[in-house]
Parts: sequence; structure tokens; C-alpha cells
Amino acid sequence: MLMLYPLVWFLMSSFKESSSIFTTAHSLIPDPWVWTNYVIGWAGIGGHSFGTFIKNSFVIVVLSTIGAVFSSALIAYGFARINFYGKRFWFTCMMLTMMLPHDVVIIPQYILFSKLGWLNSFKPIIVPQLFGMPFFIFLMMQFIRTIPAELDEAAKIDGCSKYSIFFKVILPLLAPALATSAIFSFYWRWEDLINPLIYLNKPELYTVSMALKMFLDSQSASNWGAMFAMSVVSLLPVVVVFFIFQKYIVEGISITGLKG
Amino acid sequence: MSAVMGEGVDQMKLRTKYDNVAGYTFIAPFIIGFLCFTLIPILASFYLSFTDYDLFSSPQWIGLDNYKEMFFEDEKYWNSVKVTFYYVLAGVPLRLGVALFIAMLLNRDLQGIGIYRTLFYLPSIIGGSVAVAIMWRNLFGNDGAINALLFFLGVEQPIYWYQDPISALWTLIFLSAWQFGSPMLIFLAGLKNIPKTYYEAASVDGAHAGHRFFKITLPLLSPIILFNLVMQTIGAFMTFTPAYIISNGTGGPLDGTLLYSLYLFQQAFSFFHMGYASAMAWVMLAVIALLTLLLFKTSSYWVHYESKEE
Repeated sequence: MLMLYPLVWFLMSSFKESSSIFTTAHSLIPDPWVWTNYVIGWAGIGGHSFGTFIKNSFVIVVLSTIGAVFSSALIAYGFARINFYGKRFWFTCMMLTMMLPHDVVIIPQYILFSKLGWLNSFKPIIVPQLFGMPFFIFLMMQFIRTIPAELDEAAKIDGCSKYSIFFKVILPLLAPALATSAIFSFYWRWEDLINPLIYLNKPELYTVSMALKMFLDSQSASNWGAMFAMSVVSLLPVVVVFFIFQKYIVEGISITGLKG
Repeated sequence: MSAVMGEGVDQMKLRTKYDNVAGYTFIAPFIIGFLCFTLIPILASFYLSFTDYDLFSSPQWIGLDNYKEMFFEDEKYWNSVKVTFYYVLAGVPLRLGVALFIAMLLNRDLQGIGIYRTLFYLPSIIGGSVAVAIMWRNLFGNDGAINALLFFLGVEQPIYWYQDPISALWTLIFLSAWQFGSPMLIFLAGLKNIPKTYYEAASVDGAHAGHRFFKITLPLLSPIILFNLVMQTIGAFMTFTPAYIISNGTGGPLDGTLLYSLYLFQQAFSFFHMGYASAMAWVMLAVIALLTLLLFKTSSYWVHYESKEE
């Protein structure tokens, strides 16, 4: 219970009057219950409704998730099932990339994207995702290894090429691993603060994370209720996805055990 | 189907052994991405670390000046190193300790244990978000829930968590401990692999709980502890969002929460000292690589692999 107390406190605070959130910090139950925090919060900031920020986040999350999951599946299949010269070398590169601190590449990437004129667009956040995520590749490889090779052989005898084996045999069987990766991708993109912070400077492009940060900057003490309400809204998709897919999440973590 | 018949067996073997075209087609996205977004950026960052570059005029080669300034002149830099090590050295063991403790609690066949497992994991999944950082900031605020709780427990004077560099840093450490979910799941998976008969045998021999923990659980779990230790250490070195949100981007009070990543971010994107920030990034890379290597090297003294003994 101690674990969840902060979350419950947080949720309850979003229903309290702004002025009383801190004077009543010790009690959980709001008195009176206030819904206006949600109305005020949703109206947004700088003339942009919170709906805009949610839409932006969704566009980024959906496109990068589809890109990351699909490309990772291709790459995982290549590594797990096909023998080619230099495989060991590229595999090592991938594993090293997985351990690499993001901070090392963030500056040159920023310079690259600013030279390409991609600042203030979603491209710098989405495009790098289209080339596979080492964590997902690794997770999917582990999963492909549990699929019997006889299936590939049978499909080959039936005249399938490597490409159709991938699409017709492996990809459907890979569904649980695809789901796990998609969920993680969803979380990381949804929560991401540093990339939007660097690349997006126009409020109409802000993601949910950025919008909350902007709330924090501008409202400071005055309207905590709205701030809490929108924080709750921002967590809503995450929590819903968590409860629907928690089986996959728990499995995915125990298979590879990374991140967090 | 019968195309195979025409080809020599050797030739066919050769074809199935190496399929370069298909292999490279499938991993092409990785190679392109690796070159464009990892390898070239790393090399560029290495080059930039020897330059003075503000993004607007072209980079000026200044040799080792960035590194010299960092190591010998920049007090803020050393402070951020100190803060980061404090955070890692206090935070990672605390987080892993909590994770192991909870994993052991959950490693029982009780009804409904799955629900607890799920609920314990929830804070970790949302932990990286701005919303949680904001929540944390307010929990530890001067009139936040933590002080209200302490008052209830009889602590008369509220603790001003964010006015003292050390206690502000501890709020970040508590946050990281609160998100113990993913190491916990890995511990849990490891605990399940320890045969119950070991414990039974030990009980018969009269070993008490502490004995069983230190003589059976810890040694058999040590490979997993090593894995968690490496991953969590790397992760902790890169902590950014909570420090940024809780200190409002300043790393305050008195740079008490100025973690390395946050200072690097400030240098790069607030002051546009791209060369200096690149040098910082390279030092970070070297330190993380060294630490990882060190953990693996020393692991032979404390990690126990069952297969070796046989």
C-alpha cells in the first residue's frame, strides 16, 4: 500500500481545490470534490488545448512504434535465422549500441538534424526509430529462437523464399514479442522528455511531457489543481495500456530484463 | 519443389550455409541506422570534443582545452561528477536491495500474488514520466504529503527537502528506489530457478533464515545480481528527467541535483557549448565502459556460476 500511496494521493489531489491541496496534504479524500481542475487543465496553455498535445504525442508514438517494431522484426529475423558473412560483427555492433549512453550521440544527432532543417518537426524524434531498436531486436531474436526451425524448412520445401517465410511464418508467430516491444516503445516515446525538449520549440508541436513541463513553468503556485489534473490525464493511456497488457510486459521484462 | 534435384548436394549446402543477399537485406535497416545515428555521431562527437563549437560558426580546433577546462577549472563539472556518483552509489544499492526484498516477499505461492506483482511494477512503468516527477516534487514539498505524514508521526519541524543539496538529492534517490519494478521481476525470475530442495535440506540441517539467505539465496542469485547491477548502474548514470523536472532545469539547490546528464544538457542546449558537452559525453562513455568492465572483472570473485563447480 505504501507503494501506491503516492499515486493515490496524486489522483485525489487532482480533485481538490488548488488552494487546499497543500493545506490538506495529510488527508486523501477531497472535500469538496472539484471537477473544474480537469476543465481548466484541458483548456491548455498558450492558446493550445491539451487535446493538441495529446494528439502530437499520439502521432509521434504511433509512427515511431510501428517503425521501430517492424524494422526490429526484420533485423531480428536476419540475425536469428540467416547465415551471412559478417553476422557476428554486426551482432556485436548491435549489442554494444544497446549499452551505449544516449548522451554520447545526442549532440551530433542534434547538429545533423538542424543541418537538415528538421528542427521544429517530429522527424528527428521519429526517423531514428525506423531503423530498429537494439533492445527490441534482441528481445525478438530470443523469441524467434523458440520457434522450431522445422517450420522454416517446411515452408521452404513448399517454395517459400526467405522473404515470404518471414511474412507468412515468422511474423504471425512473433505476435507476443511484437506486442511486448510495441508496449515498451509506447511507454518510452510517451514519456520522452529530452527529445521534444531539444527539437520542439513551438507550443503547437509540444508533446504531453513538454506541455506538463510548460504548465510547471508558468503556473508555479497558482493552479496546482489543473496541473495535477493534466498529469493524471497524461498517465491515463499509460495505466490503461499497463492493465490491458501487463502479462506481456511482465514476460518481456523477465525475458531480457532490461530498462527501467 | 524439384528444382533441388538439378543441383549438386555441395552446391546446395553452400547456398543454405551462407545467404548473404537475404541476410543483408533483412539487417539493412540496422546497418543504415547504426552508421547514421550511432557510429558517425560517435566519431563526430569525438572530433567535436577537441573543438570550440557553438552551432552557428564553424568548429574551432582547440586541442585538449575542453578536457583541461573540465578537469582543472570547472568546479561545477566536478560538483556534477560528485553528485552523480553519490546518486549512483546510494541509489543503485538501495534500489536493488528493495527490489530483492520485495522479490523474496513475492516469491511465494499465495493466492492473488500475481496482482501484487503487477501493482508493485506499476510505479516503474510510469516512473520516467514528467507527471511522476511533478508528483514527487510536490510530495516532498514544504507542505507536501511527506511532511504532513512526518508531522502526523510527531516530527514538529517540517523538513525543507529542496533547500538543502543533500536532502534534495535524496528525494531523487527515493524516487529511483520507488521504481524498483524491473530489477524486481528479474530477481523474481532468478529466485524461481533456485531449487526448493536446497532450502529444505538446509532447514533439516538447522539453518535459520539468515543462514539460508547468505548461504543459498545470495550465492545462487549472484549472476543475476551482477546483471542487475550493471544495467541499473548504466541507467542511473543517465538519469535526466526527474532531476530536470524536480529542480526546474537548474540542478539546484546549490547544484545539489545537478546530475551529469543534466549538466551536459545545460552545456549543450542552454549555453550551446557543443564542443565542451561532447567532451563531457566522451568522459561519461569512458567511465561507464570502465565501470562495466570493472564489474565484470571483479565478478569472478563474488559471482557464483553453478555450472563451473561441476
